[in-house]
Amino acid sequence: MSDDLIEIEVDGKSVQAKKGQMIIEATDTTSSYVPRFCYHSKLSIAANCRMCLVEVEKAPKPLPACATPVAAGMKIFTRSPYAIAAQKATMEFLLINHPLDCPICDQGGECELQDIAMGYGRGISRYNDNKRVVKDKNIGPLVSTDMTRCIHCTRCVRFGEEITGVQDLGTVMRGENMRIDTYVEKSIDHELSSNIIDLCPVGALNNKPYRYSARSWEMIQHETIAAHDCVGSNIYAHVLRGTVKRVVPRENEAINETWISDRDRFSYEGIYSDERLMSPMIKKDDQWQEISWKDALIEIVEKLKVVEKNSAAVLASPNSTLEEFYLLSRLSDELSISNIDHRLRMVDFTDQLNDPKIPLLGMNIAEIENCKQIVVVGSDIRKEAPIIGHRIRKAALSGAQIGIINENINEYFFDVAVYLSESIIGNLLGLLSALNGEPPEEMRDIFKQIKPTKEQQKLAAILNSKDKKHLILGHLAINHPYASVIRLLSAKIAELTGAVLGFITEGSNAAGGHLMGVLPHRGFAGSSQEIIGHSISEISENNLDLLLLFNAEPGKDIPSLSAEKLTDSLVIALTPYATENYKTTADIMLPIGTFAETSGTYINCEERWQSFSGIANPVGESRPGWKVLRAIGSLLGMSEFEFESSESVLDEISQRLKDTPMSNEINNFSLQNKIKEKDLLGTHLVHRVPMYEVDSVLRHSASLQLTPEASRSDST
Amino acid sequence: MKSIPENLVCFNTFEADESWTYETYRKHGGYDAWDRILKGELSPEQVIEEVKASGLRGRGGAGFPTGLKWSFMPRLQPVQKYLVCNSDESEPGTCHDREVLRKNPHALIEGMAIAAYAMGATIAYNYIRGEFMEEPVPRFELAVKEAYEHKLLGKNIQSSNIDLELHTFVGAGAYICGEETALLESLEGKQGKPRFKPPFPANFGLYGKPTTINNTQSLASVPSIIRNGAKWFKDIGVENSGGTAQFSVSGHIERPGNYELPMGTSFKDLLELCGGVLGGAKLKAVIPGGSSVPVMPAETILGCTMDYDSLQKAGSSFGTGAVIVMDETTCMVKVLRRIARFYMAESCGQCTPCREGTGWLYRMLTRIIEGQGELEDLTKLVEIANKIEGHTICALGDAAAWPVQSFLKHFHHEFEYMVNNKGRSIVSVNDEVTV
Repeated sequence: MSDDLIEIEVDGKSVQAKKGQMIIEATDTTSSYVPRFCYHSKLSIAANCRMCLVEVEKAPKPLPACATPVAAGMKIFTRSPYAIAAQKATMEFLLINHPLDCPICDQGGECELQDIAMGYGRGISRYNDNKRVVKDKNIGPLVSTDMTRCIHCTRCVRFGEEITGVQDLGTVMRGENMRIDTYVEKSIDHELSSNIIDLCPVGALNNKPYRYSARSWEMIQHETIAAHDCVGSNIYAHVLRGTVKRVVPRENEAINETWISDRDRFSYEGIYSDERLMSPMIKKDDQWQEISWKDALIEIVEKLKVVEKNSAAVLASPNSTLEEFYLLSRLSDELSISNIDHRLRMVDFTDQLNDPKIPLLGMNIAEIENCKQIVVVGSDIRKEAPIIGHRIRKAALSGAQIGIINENINEYFFDVAVYLSESIIGNLLGLLSALNGEPPEEMRDIFKQIKPTKEQQKLAAILNSKDKKHLILGHLAINHPYASVIRLLSAKIAELTGAVLGFITEGSNAAGGHLMGVLPHRGFAGSSQEIIGHSISEISENNLDLLLLFNAEPGKDIPSLSAEKLTDSLVIALTPYATENYKTTADIMLPIGTFAETSGTYINCEERWQSFSGIANPVGESRPGWKVLRAIGSLLGMSEFEFESSESVLDEISQRLKDTPMSNEINNFSLQNKIKEKDLLGTHLVHRVPMYEVDSVLRHSASLQLTPEASRSDST
Repeated sequence: MKSIPENLVCFNTFEADESWTYETYRKHGGYDAWDRILKGELSPEQVIEEVKASGLRGRGGAGFPTGLKWSFMPRLQPVQKYLVCNSDESEPGTCHDREVLRKNPHALIEGMAIAAYAMGATIAYNYIRGEFMEEPVPRFELAVKEAYEHKLLGKNIQSSNIDLELHTFVGAGAYICGEETALLESLEGKQGKPRFKPPFPANFGLYGKPTTINNTQSLASVPSIIRNGAKWFKDIGVENSGGTAQFSVSGHIERPGNYELPMGTSFKDLLELCGGVLGGAKLKAVIPGGSSVPVMPAETILGCTMDYDSLQKAGSSFGTGAVIVMDETTCMVKVLRRIARFYMAESCGQCTPCREGTGWLYRMLTRIIEGQGELEDLTKLVEIANKIEGHTICALGDAAAWPVQSFLKHFHHEFEYMVNNKGRSIVSVNDEVTV
C-alpha cells in the first residue's frame, strides 16, 4: 500500500481511501451510496444540507460524509439505524417547506430531492402549518426560477463564486427567510451561467426555453457534439418524437468536464426557427418558387457542368462536418475549382503557404490548467471558446500567470498578471525586444524604434521560466489584417520562451476543413496545389460567375461578401435558413440540415475526432448536407462517389489519411505581407463577431438573442 | 449568611470611581504581568502552563480549558497568527462581558496582550457586538488608545521584540456571530455563517491563518492569573472550575445584576446575595447559564453549586453564567415559545435541520398557546428537537433543542394542561412573562 492510501471500513467492508479524502469520496467508490444535495465533486464543500450524515464509530454525533476526512481504521456505517435516522430527519426537514408540486415541476422524474425522498421520506407529512412561499426572480431568458422549491444547498451560489468567478447569485436574509437571490435585480450573465440548471438538485432553477414542453421520461437521450466552437463539448440532446427539446452536458473530463456553455445548451432552438428553409427554392423573374429536389439538383448540375472553372468558387462554413468538407473538396477537384475556402472571416492570406497543416491548440484541453504561464493573443477567449476560457481561469486560480495581448479590454474573472492592450503587433514587438529576440528581416527598421514598456518587460520576465507554458492565438489574431505578422512574431516568442503555440479557430471543425483541403492553396491532407485559388477577398471583389455557398451566409458568415457584389453571379446556396441575405443574393436554395439533423464528425482543437449521428427529424424537406453533395456528385457522373452513409465517407477519409503525419507546426517562413509601418503599430478594426452570432443556428436561437450578451453585441 | 468574596478577578477595579481608566487599573496591579513579559521574565510556554494550571475554562459557554486551547496553536509556524476576542455577547440573559468592556477594559487589553504573546499572534481583534455601540465600544477604544499611549501595544513594544496591534471590530448584532467561526466570517466581511470543522481555527482561522478565539471574560481573567499565580486563581474556585465566575442574574429576583463570585458558590447563597425571589414568591425554575442551557426545576437547582461539574451532574450546564430566575407565576409554555422564537430568528439558515426545525418548533408552540394544540404535538416537539440536536454545523441547533427537551421533561404537565384547556395556562397570571 502506498503512503497516501489508508484502510477504512465502510458498512463492514474494508476499503482503501486516499489520505485527506472526505468520507463521501471514499464511499462513492463502493456500492454504499450516501444521499447528498449540497455536495458536488466540482464545487467546494458546504456541508449545509446535512443529508449525508453517517455513523462513524466513536463519534458522538452523526458526521457529514462530505466534510469529514477519512482516518486510518475509521469505521463508517452509511446504513445503520443511527445513520438512516439522521438522514431521514434531514429529509423530513427538507420536505416541510418544499411545495411538493412535482406533477407541475419540470424537474419531476429527474429530481434529486424526489429520488432521495423515495428512500428517506415519510409517506405522510407531520407538518401541518403553512408552507413558506418565496417570490420568484427573473434572472434572464435562459433560467427559470421557482424559488419556493429551493432547498438552500447553495450549489448555484458556489458555482458563481468558484467556477465562473461572477457572483450573480448569493444568499440573503437568514434562518427560515434565507433565500437565493441576485443582490440587485439582474440577469445572470456569464457564458457558463446556465450550468446552474443542472446543478440545482430540485426544480428551483430550470431550463426556461424548455419549460413545460416535455417530461423527462418521454424523451430519448442521444449523445452528440456541440457545434459552435473548436472545443467540441460533449452533450446529450433530449429528443421527443424527433424534436430536440433540450441539451445537457455529457461528462467528459478531457474536454468539458461537467459543464457546457450557454451557447451549446440553447443553440438547438435555432433548429426550429421560423426562418428555416422548408423546401428547395429557385428564383424565377425575381420571384422565389418552390421546386422539387430532383429538378433543383438537375438545374444545379447543369450550371456546374458549364461554368468557367476559374470563375466559380465554393465557400463552406467552418461548422461543416468532416464528411461534408471531404465531399466538397472532391467535388471541387472534379470540377477543377480551386477557389474553395472555409476561412470565411480571414483577411490576411499572405503567408498561407506556411500554414500549419492543421491549426490546433498544441496541447490537450485538459493540459491547459497545468500550464504555469499562458499568453492569449488577439482573443476574447471567454466568448470564443468558453470552455477554454474556463480552463485558463482554473490555471490562473491554481497559480498560473496569465498574460493577455489584445486590442480590446475584455473582462476576466481571475487575476491577469499582465494585460497589454492596444496594438497587438506593437506589444508583440515590445515583448520580443524585452526577450532580446531577433525580429523578422522585413521588420528590422520598425524593431529598432521599439523600446519595451514596463508591462512588456514584466510579461517577458514571467515567460522567462522553464515551466510549461502556452501561447494561444484567437479569432481576432487569426482574422487580423496583419494576421501573418502576429503569427510570425508569436511563433518567434514561443520559440524563444519554449511556449507551446496554439490556435483557437473559428467554428466547430476548422481543423477538419484544413485537413480535407477546403482551402485555395492546399489539397487533401495538406497536399500542395499547382494552382492556388482566390482568397475570400479576391472572390468578393472579382464578380465570379458562380458561387456555391455551403451554410455560409453572405454578409454574416462571409463579411466581405455583400449583396451588391453578388448581383451578377449565380449563387447556389445550401442552407438551413432562408434569410434575407440569401433571398436577395441566391438564385437557388437547397435546404440542408443543422448539426442535429445530420450525422458526421468534427475534429476539435486538440485533434480529437468526434463522430455523432443524426438525432432529430429533418425540418421540412431538408436533407443532411453530405447527402445533397453526394447526389450532386453522382449526377455529375463522379466515380466512386456512391456513398451509402456518412460512415462510409469517413471510412474513405481514414483510408486515404493513413500514415499522413499531421502537425501544428508553422513551416519556416518569410514574411510576405507588405508592411506599412504607420499602419502596423496602430489598432485595427478586426471584424468582431458577437458570440451568439458566429453561425447560422445561433443567429436563430431566440432565447440566446434575448440575453444581455446579445444586446451588448447589438450596441457594439 | 457566610460572607462570599466578590469582584476578585474581572471586576476588581469596580469599587473605584472611574474604574475604567488606565490609572485605576494600574493602581490595582494592572499591567504588572504584561510588564514582566515585556521585560522578558516569562516565556510563552510558562504563560501557557500557568493558564493551564489555573483551571481557567472558556467563559463563552462551552467551558473548554483555556490553556489547552492556547496550546493547540502552531506557535512556531512562521505564518501570521491571530488572536480574536469574542465580545459578541448575545446569549439571552447574559450581560457581564459588557461590564468588563465598560468598567474594566484594561484587564481585557492586558489579557489579550498576554494571550497573543503566548500564542505568537501579532494581530488581535476584539469583535464587539453592534448593540454595544453606545458605551462599551467607546470605553474599550479609549482604553486601547491609552494602552498605545503608554507604549503597551504596537510594534516592538518597549524594545521587547514583541509586536501586537489591537483592533476593535464592531459587529452588526447577530447572535450567530458569537459562534467562533461565524465570527471569523463576519470579521472577514462575509455573512455570519459558521464554518464546518475540521479544519479548526487553530489551523485555518481568520483569513485561513492560525487563530484562537477566546471569550472576553476568559481573557480578562488572565492578568490576575499571571499576577497572582495559578494556585491563587485555582483556589478561588472548586475542583475542575477554577477562579471566579460572573453571574448575570435576571428574572424574578429582588436585586438583578452582575455578580462576580467564586466558582462553586451554592445557588442558595447566590439567591440570597441577590435578595431572593422577587416579592418573596416561590421559586419555580431556573435557567442557570443563558437561554440555551436546559432549565432546572427549583428543587434541583437549590441543591446545586454554581460550577461546571455540579450543574452538569444535575442535567444542565454552566453555560455563560446567566442565571434566569422564574417564580411560580411563570407560564413555562410561554417562556419556551419566547426562547424558541429567539432561535428561529437567529438561525443563520445554512443547515437544514436548524433552518427548518427552529421555525417548526416555534409555530407548534404558538399553536399550543393559541389553543390549537394537540397532545401529540408534545411528543412531536421533543422528537423534532432531537432531530435538530447534533445534526448541525454549529451548536445553535443544540441550543435550540435543549430548552424544548428540558422544558417538556420537567414541566410536561403545564404543556398538557394548556393543550387540554384550549390555550389556558396552568398559572393564573396570564401576563406576558419577561425573560
